[in-house]
Amino acid sequence: MTVQPRSPQPRSSSPAIILTNIETIPGKAITQHLGLVQGSSVRAKHLGRDIAAGLKNIVGGELKGYTELLQEARQEATNRMVQEAQQKGANAIVNIRFATSSLAQGAAEIFAYGTAVRVD
Amino acid sequence: MDGLIIFAVLLGIGYFFGTRAEKQHFQSLQQREQAIQGLVLSVVGAKASIPNAHQAQLFVGSVVISSDFFKTFIAGVMTLFGGRIAVYESLLDRGRREAMLRMEEAALAWGAERVVNIRIQTAELGGNNGQGVVAVEVIAYGTGVK
Repeated sequence: MTVQPRSPQPRSSSPAIILTNIETIPGKAITQHLGLVQGSSVRAKHLGRDIAAGLKNIVGGELKGYTELLQEARQEATNRMVQEAQQKGANAIVNIRFATSSLAQGAAEIFAYGTAVRVD
Repeated sequence: MDGLIIFAVLLGIGYFFGTRAEKQHFQSLQQREQAIQGLVLSVVGAKASIPNAHQAQLFVGSVVISSDFFKTFIAGVMTLFGGRIAVYESLLDRGRREAMLRMEEAALAWGAERVVNIRIQTAELGGNNGQGVVAVEVIAYGTGVK
């Protein structure tokens, strides 16, 4: 997974694992299916960001604080998914999907899931 | 009376800055879209085999975009009459194009020739309940191959 260049963040713990949202890994053959892996992260913004976002809501445009927050949450959800896959002995995750839900005013859940596989 | 004045000022600020920001954003979107014309994008590719592909990686682009005071007010009035809410159409268009561009730019930086199986999704943050911000998050993700 790659996040946007404007906010460099640490990659997942192991760079060896390949993530795609298609059903195959091009150039490699899937030898073993290891089942569904998932990761989630619930994040809330802090008050300062809420106030800044409230002010920005008057003039409109991108809310950078929230964009970053959700990116961090997505990164964490992905890392958890990758950890679970590594515990199963996978070296790739295919068919990854993301979902976002707004739990309450000021909190959001990011959920990532995919299929852990071994490839050669 | 004071409340009315504050409301009018907020509406004016929202209209003036919101419209200007939107115009600038559309211009920058157009320029950046021209810069990435070489990249082939497709929504299929999950099941089909991809020829000439040796490496693949997931790319995600996301943006949280908020409405301005003027748009929120107009949309509130428009919901009474129904029909198209053009002020929100342009907002979502901006968000979606921005998210797509961020994903495509990340893929290009990695050296992708194509991005396959693109998925776009929108999540509402805050909610339009009269309090809190009116904002949507747009995520675009796909697999870059080379």
